[in-house]
Amino acid sequence: MMGEYFFLFSSIFLILLILVSLIRVVGGPTVGDRILGGNVVGTKTTVLLLMIGVLYEDLGMFVDIAIAYALLNFIATLGATKFFLRRGDVREIVDEAITRQEDIVADAEASKGGQS
Amino acid sequence: MTIIASIFILGGLFFFAIGVLGILRFPDFYSRLHAAGKSDSLAAVLVIFGVALYNLQELSFGNLLVSLKIMLIAVFIYVASPTATHALTKTALIIGIEPWEKGNKRQ
Repeated sequence: MMGEYFFLFSSIFLILLILVSLIRVVGGPTVGDRILGGNVVGTKTTVLLLMIGVLYEDLGMFVDIAIAYALLNFIATLGATKFFLRRGDVREIVDEAITRQEDIVADAEASKGGQS
Repeated sequence: MTIIASIFILGGLFFFAIGVLGILRFPDFYSRLHAAGKSDSLAAVLVIFGVALYNLQELSFGNLLVSLKIMLIAVFIYVASPTATHALTKTALIIGIEPWEKGNKRQ
């Protein structure tokens, strides 16, 4: 009665939602927005895997994949938050690296000037 | 049974759409987190429950086990999604992402 088309169009709608929420992952102003976007995409993908399982009429296999994906998504989010909790914002890390490199270059030039 | 399942799935898709709208339109990180965290866990549980009901059309022991596993995913998401949101909020507060106030520019 419901037909295959219901799950097909639900899956297409979910894929469109994933594409739209990728905007936040690519262009989010802070690092938290990117992690949040990744988490949202992961949750939608877990549901999408179940729908693909219904479409392929092999739900028993896709359920295991969906469980693994949900676990992996949770661990990835927690890992990313822990990393940025310890290291601070990405921009600070990049700034620090740039200043360190400039110091190294300046030191090298100073030592070269001293030799000659 | 299929009609009830389709109602659950359509409700879940509606809440997914609302969550994505909130992520795109809200002015700062914390309000976006509020939109994503709540609507996503509710929508995922609704859709997963609908798929589990749809799977129980032909009642057999194997289908029952698969539906039980699907509900296990729902329980896991219901526990894990708020935990991830909490960790994200705490990290954002500590590394100094500033909350939006009325009159400020949207971030």
